Amino acid sequence: MFQTVLISLNEGFLKTLEIFGLTLLGAFPLGLIIAFGSTSQFRPLKYLVKFIVWVVRGTPLMLQLLIIYYGPGLLLGSNWWGNGSSGRFTAALAAFIINYACYFSEIYRGGIEGVPKGQSEAGQVLGMTSSQIFFRITLLQVIKRIVPPMGNEIITLVKDTSLARVIAVYEIIWSGQMFIKSSGVIWPLFFTGVYYLIFSGVLTLLLGRLEKKLEFFRV
Amino acid sequence: MSVLEVKNISKRFGETEVLKDVGFSLEKGEVIAIIGSSGSGKTTLLRCLNFLETPDGGQIYVNGEILFDASNHKLLTEKDIRKIRLHFGLVFQSFNLFPQYTALSNVKLAGELLAKERSDYKENHKTILKEIDENASGLMLQVGLTDKMHLYPHQLSGGQQQRVAIARALALSPDVLCFDEPTSALDPELTGEVLKVIRALTEKNTTMVIVTHEMQFARDVADKVVFMDDGFVVEAGTPEEVFGHPKQERTIRFLERYSNL
Ligand SMILES: Nc1ncnc2c1ncn2[C@@H]1O[C@H](COP(=O)(O)OP(=O)(O)OP(=O)(O)O)[C@@H](O)[C@H]1O
Ligand SMILES: [Mg+2]
Repeated sequence: MFQTVLISLNEGFLKTLEIFGLTLLGAFPLGLIIAFGSTSQFRPLKYLVKFIVWVVRGTPLMLQLLIIYYGPGLLLGSNWWGNGSSGRFTAALAAFIINYACYFSEIYRGGIEGVPKGQSEAGQVLGMTSSQIFFRITLLQVIKRIVPPMGNEIITLVKDTSLARVIAVYEIIWSGQMFIKSSGVIWPLFFTGVYYLIFSGVLTLLLGRLEKKLEFFRV
Repeated sequence: MSVLEVKNISKRFGETEVLKDVGFSLEKGEVIAIIGSSGSGKTTLLRCLNFLETPDGGQIYVNGEILFDASNHKLLTEKDIRKIRLHFGLVFQSFNLFPQYTALSNVKLAGELLAKERSDYKENHKTILKEIDENASGLMLQVGLTDKMHLYPHQLSGGQQQRVAIARALALSPDVLCFDEPTSALDPELTGEVLKVIRALTEKNTTMVIVTHEMQFARDVADKVVFMDDGFVVEAGTPEEVFGHPKQERTIRFLERYSNL
């Protein structure tokens, strides 16, 4: 029995990891693009982007998952996401990436705006190019500023991945819950908690180590 | 021939005219002190010299060569502006050291980046980098921070940070070194060490433009004094003339306020 549960939970956890990894992969760069949009000098773009960010951050991820998955089919009459589990998985990923990119964008924006203007001016006066100023001066200061809030979001994402089950993506909690129906036992569900704890524990450790690495200077 | 000649500089921010027809000139090794009340445009003037702001009118000459002319500055590319900037150095009121670099690396960074643009960098990079390192170490000695040069800015006092900032500005050997109230952000007991470093520079014939509220210091080190008010140069002359025998009503009132402090 234990063996079966473990195999099944592992399979679910793999899906969880996939959602987690791919969401970060997509949301890190997309968030940066959104951050550039929301700080753009071009007003219409800036307000459009800010509006989207407001909507995404102000509504539940659960709702966004449902709308993104069912929306295209029911509103446009076309099945965007493809059939079966891979279609549901793609839709879930799209929702996660958009949602997290919006949160990340605010973190990036805060990080970039937090670097004092005097830093780039000091670089300019010393004859540096804009890209030298960005890569040699600003970037590391931004990273140092964003690691703690980014870390919080990343830990939240670990747990948020479980929301994917509302559109029947078989992540780990789904796998655990199956055993209630099939064998009438609840301990596999408890056991999924162990997976989460270990995973978020490892991440917390790694993030802490990164913060420590950046402690050699202060901003 | 003047090292620096500033002619009819004007600058507007929206509706407000912050600089009106400002001009002065400076010979090699001379020190000019710019004094004036808050909001009179002193910082803006230094920022114009360092091309952090673009003047709306006027010309800037360095060593007789015209560097900036408001009537055709639009022709300048970013590369031109970077090159022009190297004629000037700027020491900020708030130091603005790069926090992730040690004091020594702060001094070296710009030079190392510029060296990469040299055509002989590939062949000679070892010698070039060694020169930069030796030059920077020499500057740290000059500002009295040899024992602190491997520390990061947050490990230094304000006065020490400002001395690193001075060394950093000197590293590229600018023709004119500008200071924007270099001691205003410091505790009173730390101003002395910074003023001492600047004083030592006058003995090395460094051409300097110093915006300051330290009147006694200005009187001691400056060859020329400019009093600015409301964007105008109200009075200019030797320290003896401006401090000793001010002619303009506004200068007199300004100096009275300081002597009463
Ligand atoms: N970027 C800007 N946009 C709009 N107004 C500005 C800007 N920078 C400066 N000003 C205005 O220009 C005027 C001159 O400012 P500046 O900083 O040059 O004065 P200052 O003589 O250096 O004063 P202080 O002694 O307080 O440093 C002020 O009225 C200020 O509000
Ligand atoms: Mg000022």
